Amino acid sequence: MKKRLTERLGFLMLYLAGILVLFFLGVILFDIFIKGVGALSWKFLTQPPRMGMTEGGIFPAIMGTFMVSIITVIFAVPLGMFAAIYLNEYAQPGKITRLIRLAIRNLSGVPSIVYGLFGVVLFVQMFRFGTSVVSAGLTLGLLTLPWTITACEEALKTVPKSYREGALALGATKWHSIRTNVLPYAIPGMMTGVILGLSRAAGETAPILFTGAAFFLPHLPKSLFDQFMALPYHLYILATQHHAIEKVRPIAYGTALVLLALILLLNLSAIWVRYRYRQKMRG
Amino acid sequence: MDKHMKMSVRNLSFYYGSVQALKNINLEILANRVTALIGPSGCGKTTFLRCLNRMNDVVEGTRVEGQILLDGENIYAPEVDPVQIRRRVGMVFQKSNPFPKTIFENVAYGLRINGSCSKAELTARVEKSLKDAALWNEVADRLHDSAMEVSGGQQQRLCIARALAVEPEVILMDEPASALDPIATQKIEELIQELKEKYTIVIVTHNMQQAARVSDYTAFFYLGELIEVDRTEKIFTKPNIKRTEDYVTGRFG
Repeated sequence: MKKRLTERLGFLMLYLAGILVLFFLGVILFDIFIKGVGALSWKFLTQPPRMGMTEGGIFPAIMGTFMVSIITVIFAVPLGMFAAIYLNEYAQPGKITRLIRLAIRNLSGVPSIVYGLFGVVLFVQMFRFGTSVVSAGLTLGLLTLPWTITACEEALKTVPKSYREGALALGATKWHSIRTNVLPYAIPGMMTGVILGLSRAAGETAPILFTGAAFFLPHLPKSLFDQFMALPYHLYILATQHHAIEKVRPIAYGTALVLLALILLLNLSAIWVRYRYRQKMRG
Repeated sequence: MDKHMKMSVRNLSFYYGSVQALKNINLEILANRVTALIGPSGCGKTTFLRCLNRMNDVVEGTRVEGQILLDGENIYAPEVDPVQIRRRVGMVFQKSNPFPKTIFENVAYGLRINGSCSKAELTARVEKSLKDAALWNEVADRLHDSAMEVSGGQQQRLCIARALAVEPEVILMDEPASALDPIATQKIEELIQELKEKYTIVIVTHNMQQAARVSDYTAFFYLGELIEVDRTEKIFTKPNIKRTEDYVTGRFG
């Protein structure tokens, strides 16, 4: 009897732990939605901030985040994909491979503010990209790299060995077998990982703080080497650095809602890609 | 003796790391004959088969000693490209492994590697390969359906068709019927009889009756050694070595 009770109690604890996760997400989403939805309008999405950011919209911040994300993808996806292909298909087990894996694990543990400082030194100063879309995008690219590599490697691992061997046995070279009989089946899985990594990067503030995000710009960046506004940084300003914090609170919540919606949209597209991929593999 | 030695294995030893899986194997494989490799699980027959087209090259931490001659040339010579060897020595795996493409694209895969095929030529060769694999009548009207949708027996014959399409000289089969029902198995066995007109075939099998039915020569492996090789009827009726007799009569195994 006592055994049964202990088991039920244990089950209840686990159940509560699961529910609690849902509860926290629900509270955050609900709170931001309720407080932010009032600020939303077509103008809010399409106009720059006005009157010392107490009025107007967040269009430059949306576009800034968008542009930086593109640079991030262009940088991190090929690099991450090739590194994953190397590690999963070519690397011989040994010192160098262990070292590379150790580096990837450690990169994923580096705090984002450290990436920001690193970005300043490498991209802003050494490469002379200045505080710009490019510098910030590359810094975020570095940040997502460990995730991208890991996701791409996992995707490669799901492709059965028999596809590789089947192609080799027909006289394909190793690269041909990977290119035509492994990658096509791994790419949807890779995309899922890349999108999730990007959705993390898009919400980061610290790495873009010193590398290109501007406090306020009434216009869009004129080139990729210009400064830009970004949603997470804009939110940070409105919430903590503004001279009339109370007054801009609705705008801050509106910004938070847009940022959340953007990230949710990215995550949903990742789920969609995975769903489509499963359908295809079954077919 | 006008029998042509298609492949000739000389003092072949094979290692997984420090474990020796094959011990000094010597074996002649005759052209246009079926050679069956039998023996209990773990005796090295599959490892041996995979040595014949250098498929073990892709397994990490393995090492080969000795020679395997294909038409008199050592396929393990340093200047030899294993990719070229695999075009001449094709392979059908134990578990049928169609690619998740259409039936047509599966058979065309090996042809597209060379890339020099015209569209008409490609279509013709796919059809011919499917006919040679005795599959054409069953799939002719659904060449552009997914290969994953046909039955297990059809999938395995598709894999044979895929191997035939690149016109190899030798075909290695690793227990090609082990996952199939008796009717599908019979079809594969009949196919093997037809294929030996044009190809040299080496087949690994767990099924003693199958070895007796399809092969001309049988090699008995035990614990990484080649115990005995002879004409199939001799192995199954009057083997020279006691251990072979014990195995083929089912006294151990």
